[in-house]
Amino acid sequence: MTFDLNTIWFILVGVLFTGYAILDGFDLGIGALHLFTKKDEERRIMLNAIGPVWDGNEVWLVTGGGALFAAFPNVYATAFSGFYLALVLLLVALIFRAVAIEFRSKQPMRWWRQMWDIGFSAGSILSSLLIGVALGNIAWGVPIDASGEFAGTFLGLLKPYPLLVGVTTVALFMMHGAIYGVMKTEGELHGKLRVWTMRCIIFFVICAVTLTMATLLYVPHMAARVREHPWLFSIALANMLSIANIPREFHHENDGRAFLSSCATIITLMALFALNIFPNLIYSLPNPENSLTIHNAASSPKTLGIMLIIAIIGVPIVIAYTICIYWIFRGKVKMDRMSY
Amino acid sequence: MDVLTLSRIQFGATVAFHYIYPPLSIGLGIMLVCMEGLWLKTKNPVYHQMARFWTKVFALTFAIGVATGIVMEFEFGTNWATYSRFVGDVFGSALAAEGIFAFFLESGFLAVLLFGWDKVSRKTHFFSTCMVCLGAHFSAVWIVVANSWMQSPAGFQKVIHNGVERAEVTDFWQVVFNPSMVDRLSHVLCGAWSAGAFLVVSVSAWYLLKKKHQEFARASLKVGLAVALVASLLQAVTGHTSAQSVGKNQPAKLAAFEGLYQTTSNAPLTLAGWVDEKNEKVDGIQVPGLLSFLDHNDFHTPVTGLDAFAPEDRPPVQASFLFFHGMVAIGFTLIAISALGFLYFRHGSLHERRWLLWILVFSVLGPQFANQFGWFAAEVGRQPWIVYGLMRTPDGLSKIVEANVVLTSLILFTFIYFLLFAVFIYLLNDKIQHGPDDADLIPSGKLALPDELTQHKKT
Repeated sequence: MTFDLNTIWFILVGVLFTGYAILDGFDLGIGALHLFTKKDEERRIMLNAIGPVWDGNEVWLVTGGGALFAAFPNVYATAFSGFYLALVLLLVALIFRAVAIEFRSKQPMRWWRQMWDIGFSAGSILSSLLIGVALGNIAWGVPIDASGEFAGTFLGLLKPYPLLVGVTTVALFMMHGAIYGVMKTEGELHGKLRVWTMRCIIFFVICAVTLTMATLLYVPHMAARVREHPWLFSIALANMLSIANIPREFHHENDGRAFLSSCATIITLMALFALNIFPNLIYSLPNPENSLTIHNAASSPKTLGIMLIIAIIGVPIVIAYTICIYWIFRGKVKMDRMSY
Repeated sequence: MDVLTLSRIQFGATVAFHYIYPPLSIGLGIMLVCMEGLWLKTKNPVYHQMARFWTKVFALTFAIGVATGIVMEFEFGTNWATYSRFVGDVFGSALAAEGIFAFFLESGFLAVLLFGWDKVSRKTHFFSTCMVCLGAHFSAVWIVVANSWMQSPAGFQKVIHNGVERAEVTDFWQVVFNPSMVDRLSHVLCGAWSAGAFLVVSVSAWYLLKKKHQEFARASLKVGLAVALVASLLQAVTGHTSAQSVGKNQPAKLAAFEGLYQTTSNAPLTLAGWVDEKNEKVDGIQVPGLLSFLDHNDFHTPVTGLDAFAPEDRPPVQASFLFFHGMVAIGFTLIAISALGFLYFRHGSLHERRWLLWILVFSVLGPQFANQFGWFAAEVGRQPWIVYGLMRTPDGLSKIVEANVVLTSLILFTFIYFLLFAVFIYLLNDKIQHGPDDADLIPSGKLALPDELTQHKKT
């Protein structure tokens, strides 16, 4: 494995999407849990738990998409035109989620709030599901023709394995969001969220175990690299341990540490995914020689170099002020006049 | 309809709808910086009240701007995949830079701007407001860089990659500062400032007409009219330089803007008129030589007409002409309106002139229409090219996307955007009717700790 610019950009795009999964993951999870409470006050607290940060979190997806476009334009073009309807649905889901957060509490009418609550929750669940289905398809492989164009159909994307990845993603984000919710709330809602978190952990563990079995049985190429390099099994082990650590910390009410374990779970899952698809970005099935790789789908070395400089300047600044902003909004949700 | 027509309608419709909001975010961003800056400077609580009120309006426009903006980023890939393969090396970098430098800054500090009023000190809050405003401007910079590269490509070479031709960067700074970028950016920013300023002016004029929140309205008008006047005057200057840049970089587009079929010296400028496409002439009021003068600073220098271009290389003339002239007409009207408003305001008699107040109420539509017309002129005038001189629009389409699929997404987006627009207008109207909060006259939380109080005791 040579450590060229293409590899660096494979890692950077991976980091951006992992950042998205960790940050917007809990926003989407809160959204998925939103309808479980019926009380208006509690729904508002849930919304305001993510209120100041969801917008910035979504930017990780926008920037990830931009980076994919710039670094691997052929992947961007093939995937986006190939997954056309799925992406339009994702856009609709993200639009409804975004405006529902902003609009919901602006009017007192019951029907108004109920409508946007459903928009917020359905948008969040559908976004998580579709992101998972997309990842599942890339893991499973999609038909690519010799000119690098997608050669399948929309319905062909809805195979059982990608759907399983989609459901697992919903479960993961629900667990992640529930733990975040526990950290941000107090009183009665806090108690409810504790109960939901345990259920979400169980839901996620069932999904994760099923997905692991399905991957080993039906998608052997997604374990190939770990099989070749046994020391990489340490990442799989770290993944298992971080999952196991979530209920342990949660039981001891170390909610912050449970949340960090949940983050570690996402990081290790993404690392396993990236390691096993490398150097492919879109694996072609049934003709693996048509796969889009970090080399045949990349921009010129010059552009990758320029972009690396942009990333080196930009990303540390972004991380620095993002941490400051999370620090300003630390602690339990307090409602005021400006709240959603 | 075929894939090409549907894809063009979809891109045009989604970007036109999107473009209602970013100019408001940029313009209101400037207004918020002015208002909060004035509050910090004068300690007059009405400026604090203004900043709080307009922040709520800002939040509304920002949310829809973000939600509809992601659609644009995705559409390059979904509908224009071949274009994306061709330009990704150049164009993608600008989009990625927009994410890193603009969107993170904007959305990150937006949290403090919206929800940090009671949590941070005055200076930190003001700093956040400035950062949100700066982020909004950066996003304009990068997206105009990307679009200007499509108008006047520079800093690249054509290379065969895996058997397919594409544009690759040779000089990044030439890509960024491509020949039309600075003129177009300054023109876009002035348009955005106008959009924000005239919104403030419009709402304040309405309060004066209804004799509500008068102190608030007068203070808002003062800031609003000043920014509106400066922005609309600068708009004329940047419009002039942009048109000269079009004449230099895209002569076919300028010829279409003016309906100039024959290359002529002493070329006339049409003030108002209509293109007779069949007979290749313009009917209307014309000033001889003025176009030559505006384009080349000389009444006699010839201006390139459409006859210099093969028919298949000409943009649609009538549409380019009408959008361009519509934009210019609105631009000059806005200068007159803001100048009148400003003069009468300084004179202290604006509140007595109800006719002018009514004009000011409706002036908010001016920048919106001018911005839309301007972009339509710029993009229609670029046709038949998607990248000027390099790639034709039909060649940029996704190869595998079918018409019925695009029709489905087009119907879906149309439905959703009508819904969003209705809700936006409903909520905006609700906020305006409700008016500024009296409670906002008294800063709360950490903002209520005036740093000058301790200084007063010392002195």
